[in-house]
Amino acid sequence: MITGTPKPIEEILEMLEPYDNIIVAGCFGCVTVCRVGGDKEVQVLSSTLRLAREAAGRKIEIKEVCLERQCDPEYLEPMRPYIEDYQAVLSIACGAGIQFMAEKFTKSPLLPGINTGFLGVTERQGEWTERCQGCGDCVLHLTGGICPVTRCAKSIFHGPCGGSVQGTCEVDKEVKCGWQLIIDRLVTLDQMDNYGKLKPYKGWDSSRDGGPRRIIREDMV
Amino acid sequence: MKAGSNLERVLEAGHFAVTAECGPPRGADGDKVLKKAELVKGNVDACNVTDNQTSVVRMSSVAGCMLVKQTGTEPLLQMVVRDRNRIALQSDLLGAAALGVRNLLCLSGDHQKFGDDPQAKNVFDIDSIQLIHLVKTMRDEGVFPSGDKLEGAPKFYIGCAINPFADPFEIRVPRFKLKIEAGADFVQTQCIYNMDKFKRFMEEAKKEGLHERTKILAGVTPLKSAGMAKFMNRMVAGIEIPEEFIKRIADEPKEKQAAKGIEMCIEQIQEIKEMEGIAGVHVMAIEWEEKLNEIVGGAGLLPRPMVEQ
Repeated sequence: MITGTPKPIEEILEMLEPYDNIIVAGCFGCVTVCRVGGDKEVQVLSSTLRLAREAAGRKIEIKEVCLERQCDPEYLEPMRPYIEDYQAVLSIACGAGIQFMAEKFTKSPLLPGINTGFLGVTERQGEWTERCQGCGDCVLHLTGGICPVTRCAKSIFHGPCGGSVQGTCEVDKEVKCGWQLIIDRLVTLDQMDNYGKLKPYKGWDSSRDGGPRRIIREDMV
Repeated sequence: MKAGSNLERVLEAGHFAVTAECGPPRGADGDKVLKKAELVKGNVDACNVTDNQTSVVRMSSVAGCMLVKQTGTEPLLQMVVRDRNRIALQSDLLGAAALGVRNLLCLSGDHQKFGDDPQAKNVFDIDSIQLIHLVKTMRDEGVFPSGDKLEGAPKFYIGCAINPFADPFEIRVPRFKLKIEAGADFVQTQCIYNMDKFKRFMEEAKKEGLHERTKILAGVTPLKSAGMAKFMNRMVAGIEIPEEFIKRIADEPKEKQAAKGIEMCIEQIQEIKEMEGIAGVHVMAIEWEEKLNEIVGGAGLLPRPMVEQ
């Protein structure tokens, strides 16, 4: 899923400084699962903002909504009849959702209420870790199902580097060395032959470096 | 000869080679490099010039190489893939070759987290092993990796670094082998203190015949004090200084610890010299270049051989 973290309330209040009536918009997609942008978070954030603004002597009117998904046009459309009744939208969906809403409703200022994180997994309640950078050219079949691009701090293809210490990465003792994980897994799978091969330079053109990407599925268009 | 550098000639002639390193300054004062290079002169076959080591910004290694070269010592260009994509790597390699640099060390580079710009974006477009391959392609085939023909191939004696002490230990030899397969002509190791572990590593490497496919220069760093030893042990990933090694220095009174460090470094070089499969020594006297002559001379490695082109 796409993960995220709430922006500090002070930062949000600063963004809201010019406005007195806004929409706080959540999303039932990924951000609900990682508990940063669902309907519960919409309620809590809205209450916090109301209280803070009241304490500051400047009330704010907030409409609370939570959309099925902010990254699909059909779920954004229901907002069209009323969105311009409000001065701005504070969205706590991921960056994709926020931007898509901004594109669809060009007259409404869109404010981000969360910092979008990464494509990750739930390790346990309250802990998420990154797994994929969406580089567009998956090699997991060669690396024991562990991604060198994402799990190695240097994204190298022939690791580990000299900074691997007892299974941890020198960058952070809480982070496992991706290449140690890959090697352990290759040993388990009896696939160490894969390690001994020189890998071609990665084509980053399928990644972000090739510019904003798009997928067109002719069978579906 | 692949590149015809002095270092290559010395090694190919079968001499026990000596290299050292100069860290460029944190500023534009070229005299700092010249002064260090004067201390290195005559004691080495080539001198590494580091490339923003530990991600701390310094004068560029290509510029440092030119300053070292001016003083009459052959430079060895260190190049990391942390800061340059393949376009910049190729371009800098061509530039360095045009300026007469003939030795190259291909490195990953320490993560930027450890330097003064931890918020910098890192590159790692290709990794250090792929850089070896890239340089070899340019040198031996006279083409860019893209396939286009070069107007003059860069002639580098290609090196890489290995750390026999990093984890996991069992992958160190296979990874070393990958570097040789990519095209490394020589290798400089991370500084060695744990000689037993290094010998075990060498035994494994020799089983694969790696010492016959590349020239191995063992890295040593003289310790200035017991404090430095403890600091390195704690702070530098992949450095292992055995307790008994530290104790020998710690047992000395403070003012004599530096001399003991030098003495132990010389002992180590002498031991390394006798090891089968070791072609030379890389003396990293960090900010202590004035002691190089004493160390290299003390190890019986002076004067340095002159090998005709």
